[in-house]
This record gives sequence, structure tokens and C-alpha cells, in this order.
Amino acid sequence: MNHIGEEQLVLFYYGESAESSAAIESHLEECEACRDEFRALQRVLNTVDSAPVPDRGPEYGSDVWQRIEKRVGRPARRSFMHWWIWAPAMAVLVIGAFLAGRLSYRAQRGGSPATAAVSNQQIRERILLVAVGDHLERSQMVLAELSNAPEGKGKLDISDERQMAADLLDDNRLYRQTASSTGDKGVASVLDDLENVLMEIAHSPSEVSNQQLDDLRQQIQERGLLFKVRVLGSQVREQESLPAPRKDKEGKKL
Amino acid sequence: MEAGGAVERAQSGDSDAFRLLVEQHSRAVFRLAFRMTGNEQDAEDVVQETFLRAYRQLDKYEARASFSTWLYRIASNYSLDLIRMRKRHEDKRERGKAEERDILQTLPVNTPGPDRIVYSSQVQERVNEALNELSAQERTAFVLRHFEGMSIDEIGETLGTGTNATKHSIFRAVQKLRRSLEPVVGTAR
Repeated sequence: MNHIGEEQLVLFYYGESAESSAAIESHLEECEACRDEFRALQRVLNTVDSAPVPDRGPEYGSDVWQRIEKRVGRPARRSFMHWWIWAPAMAVLVIGAFLAGRLSYRAQRGGSPATAAVSNQQIRERILLVAVGDHLERSQMVLAELSNAPEGKGKLDISDERQMAADLLDDNRLYRQTASSTGDKGVASVLDDLENVLMEIAHSPSEVSNQQLDDLRQQIQERGLLFKVRVLGSQVREQESLPAPRKDKEGKKL
Repeated sequence: MEAGGAVERAQSGDSDAFRLLVEQHSRAVFRLAFRMTGNEQDAEDVVQETFLRAYRQLDKYEARASFSTWLYRIASNYSLDLIRMRKRHEDKRERGKAEERDILQTLPVNTPGPDRIVYSSQVQERVNEALNELSAQERTAFVLRHFEGMSIDEIGETLGTGTNATKHSIFRAVQKLRRSLEPVVGTAR
């Protein structure tokens, strides 16, 4: 038997050698060079094996559940009347009612226009935050669904994702323009990337081949889009949970 | 098969059953995620995202594979995406690593055999560095083979890369690890 190649030794180490283990063991007993080579391999892999992993206690599973419980409680993705379809409409109603309430309150109290302008500015900022947060979450779902869609022999039906992308496109354009006009270049840039990908998805056929799916995934990956959207979404949610900053009549933070 | 048919109950919308699955598998998914990403915060993200995705895709799970294998598939693919993105976006960290590597080069080359090696924080750091030097594909395939004990065929199926490409990724990973770690663990013959 010739010397055993490195690949063969790696397979032997993992118990996946095509040759019989007995034949390799027998060779290793006889051949000092191969034996040394195998020991060197073992040393390295055993060292890797000893790399520590931070411990997570028995309560860890409960902690994870608490973190995701609220999001798990939402309706299943393919259920009738997806939440992302009715949520924007509901948001418009809520926002409309809210603003109408504010206007009526102002008329009754005769508040000064400057105070009302500051309040409305704050309200707009908060509303935008909530809406952008929801938008990013819905976008993330589309991107994640495509990134993790299983490849099969036939074509894959992405009509749901395509419809969602088309629905998200208009909102995205609006948020991008708002972010640009308020000088938030970072957010505008992510939304710009997102818009390009959403447009690609919305204009894809309802059924895509593996190659077409790969192309879409590549576009998502090349821009690091899923990651950017996740990070931006987290930042927006964090902002959302903070109390609104107090401002003076000129709109300056106190 | 999960205890008490928790998967089936979760599939029919029982969120308590899904909670049991989360509690049962979280630690294992965290271990896998940490080995994949080498970063606690990223690993936590992977755990959370894995269960959220699992919940959304429960109707796609088929009992042919065990539930844990299915979860590992989701966690692996998500980790893979995360590592790829991290590698692109973390130039700063790369520069930092290069500096640390310079320091670690000063470690003795001909240390005694493995039985006498003290796994100091420097050695552990070196192992982490070596794993970070692997490509996303190599690291994922290696972690699934080395730490999770999945067969090369299973890994190929999980990552959708096929057996040969997976085997190749693992070989390349082992070669890189040997190049990085042999100076630390010694090559005494």
C-alpha cells in the first residue's frame, strides 16, 4: 500500500473513509511516516475540539422563548389575510383617527399654532418610526423567505413573495424619499438597496428556476441586504421604545 | 420523534407545544450557532431567528428528518448568511485580527505533545482565529462534521452543496486549520 493521502486521513479520522478502516489501521501500524502524519492531524483536530463554548444554563430555553413569544403569537405566514396586508390599512385608520383627534383637541383648546406644529412634528416622527419598523419587518420576511427557499428539481412558486414585494414597493419609495428629505442618508441608502431588490422580486415570474432563484439570492447577498435590514429594523424598534424627546416651541430638544 | 408529539401539536397551532420545542433545543442550537459564528451576540441572534423561521415554516417540516436536524439546517443556513455578511462588512475587525496574529506568532513552535498542552486563553484565541480564517462555506461544513457529527452526505444535503463540494470544503478547512495551529500545538514526531 502506498502512503495514505491527507484527504484519506481526514476521512479516516471522521470514520468516513471509502477504504476499509482495518486496511488503513494496518498501514498506520506499519508505516511510521503515515502514522506521524495522522498524529499531527489528530493533534490539530483535538485542539480545535477543545475550544470552549460559553455555557447556557438550564433556563436558557425559557429565556429564548420569552424573547420570541410575542412574535410567535402572530398568525402563521400562509394563513388567510396576512397581517402585513391589513396592518398598513389599519395603521392608516389609527393614524387618521389619532390626527383627527389631535386637530379637534387643538381647536377646542385654542392651542397656539407653534405648539401644535411641534407636537405634530413629534407625532409624525413617531408614526414614521412605527411604520418604518413594520415595513422593515415585512421586507425582512420576504428576503428571508427567498434566501431560505428550498431548491428543487422543478420551478419554485414565489407568487406570495412577489405579491408582497409589489405591495412593499410603494411604501418603500415613500420612506426612502422621506429619509432623503430629512437628511438621513444611512436609512435612505438601505431603503434604496431594498427598493432595487424588491423591484427585482416584484418583476420576477411567479415561478422561478433554481438559476433565477440563485440570481435573486445573489442580489440579496451582494448587498448584505438581509443583515442591513435586520440591523436597521432593530435600531428603529429601539428608537420606537424610547420616550419621545421633549422639545421647545422651536422644535429644539430640551 | 419529539416527546409527546410536540412537533405535530405545534404544527396544528399549539404555541405551548412550540414553547416546549424551543426549551428543548435552544442550548444545542446555541452551541452550534456559537461554533459557526464564533461570537456570542451573533449566536444569540441565530438562535432567535432560527426558532422564528422554524415557526413560520412549521408546515414545511416533514418527519423524514428529525426535528433537531431540521432546526440545524435552518440555523446553519442562517449562520452561513451571517458569516458571509460579516466577512464583507468587518474590515476593521480584520485589521485588528492581523495585529493579534502578530502577537500570537510569538508563541513557541515546538511545544510538548497534546497531553501536556495547557489550553491557555492564547491557544483558545488562536483556535478562534484559525476558525475565523475559514471561508463561510468551509467553516459551516467543518463545524457540522467536526462538532455536530453529521455525515458528509447529510451536510451536503443540509447546505444544498452536494457531497463532493462538501468534502472539498472540509478538506480545505482542515488544511487551513493545520497551517494555523500546528505551530501552536507542535509537530513532534
